[in-house]
Amino acid sequence: MKNKSLISITDFSKKEYLEILDLAEEFEKQPVQNIANGKVVATLFFEPSTRTRLSFESAANRMGAKVIGFSDASSSSTSKGESLVDTIKTVSCYADIIVMRHPLEGAARLASEVASVPIINAGDGANQHPTQCMLDLYSIRKTQNTLDNLNIALVGDLKYGRTVHSLVEAMCNFNTVFHLISPESLKLPSSVKMRINEKKLKYYQYREIQDAIDKVDILYMTRVQRERFLDIQDYEKVKNTYILDYSMLAKTKPQMKILHPLPRVNEINTNVDNTPQAYYFQQAQNGVYVRQALIAAILALK
Amino acid sequence: MSKKELVVSAIKNGTVIDHIPADKLFQIVRALDLKDCSNQILMGNNLTSRKLGIKGIIKCQDKFFEKEEINKIALITSYVTLITIRNYDVVKKIKIEIPDAIEGMVKCYNPNCITNHETVLQKFKVIDKKDIKLQCLYCQKITKIETLTFL
Repeated sequence: MKNKSLISITDFSKKEYLEILDLAEEFEKQPVQNIANGKVVATLFFEPSTRTRLSFESAANRMGAKVIGFSDASSSSTSKGESLVDTIKTVSCYADIIVMRHPLEGAARLASEVASVPIINAGDGANQHPTQCMLDLYSIRKTQNTLDNLNIALVGDLKYGRTVHSLVEAMCNFNTVFHLISPESLKLPSSVKMRINEKKLKYYQYREIQDAIDKVDILYMTRVQRERFLDIQDYEKVKNTYILDYSMLAKTKPQMKILHPLPRVNEINTNVDNTPQAYYFQQAQNGVYVRQALIAAILALK
Repeated sequence: MSKKELVVSAIKNGTVIDHIPADKLFQIVRALDLKDCSNQILMGNNLTSRKLGIKGIIKCQDKFFEKEEINKIALITSYVTLITIRNYDVVKKIKIEIPDAIEGMVKCYNPNCITNHETVLQKFKVIDKKDIKLQCLYCQKITKIETLTFL
């Protein structure tokens, strides 16, 4: 993985991402490790983000690396009309690794072609968000003690949700049974279902959470993202379709966990937060360990 | 008209694009920018064809198409036969094929794709040759024949 960019979850082999998960486990046991002294991590956020940017910066800081960058394109030369290619070539001179988020799809792939240092894609429009996928895998493995033969329900916006697409793609390597719960207009795209079919795995589609909740090991909730809709009326129609409530959790499997990439709006009632099934805040915490592992592996610090 | 008379006259040197489905002829003319070509061009459409029923044909004097131009034709229709003529003789006849990859000639249909905002060579993998589906190597979105625009 040394010096390798991470743009899409498919850039790493199954063996490679399992190695990252093992390394993340080490960081969870001992988060503060001064192995990146003298290294500079650039975080270029052309689109705002709280969790992803702060968890990358936290990860870098805990390893002793220095962080440079911006959290908003308006505070970079992009606002003066500089091209992405020029920004990336310039920042390549200042940093050992670049973490970037961009509103346009394919931006991270383009950056990786022109950068002289590795790029980690922290989200490019509705396309890919591979580090979210890695922390999802980590959270699934940690709560279920395995990634193999699980029943996973994905709920909400399965059409535009990039985390859902990456997670399905990754979990196709582990004999997963998928339970897909969405409104008709936000069903999983056929290109992603094709991946499930290629691996000869099973998937079931539902309209209601209750139809699947008692069968699954993981309930992966997603937010219906307003910014992905071209027509605001289409968004209004579906935004409150799924709201997970405490009362729906009575008969779940004992080890079932609820995941959510966050931020949530109202798809999980706050009365769920203190149940044994709620795992989304620990999931966010796992993001730091996974990102430490990624930076360490790519910079060959471990 | 005698049997041997050609509806579209012969050229001495150049290329003949034959067996064009009649509804694709003008698409090919546009894609190859033939309106701006100063060479002698002879064209016919809705001609009788044993293979297609009716067909179109384009003959370009002193023009030999580049790979990129041939790929453009292939994306519009792969039925076409490309014939190279030298001194009135057929020296080469090829059935054109859709390539596995396309570079720098098609626009990604996704308005949010980085390639529509930065100066960058557009690159696609051809994932379906029958129904023409091109997957953008940047945004991963699939441009189909209905949404295909040449640069």
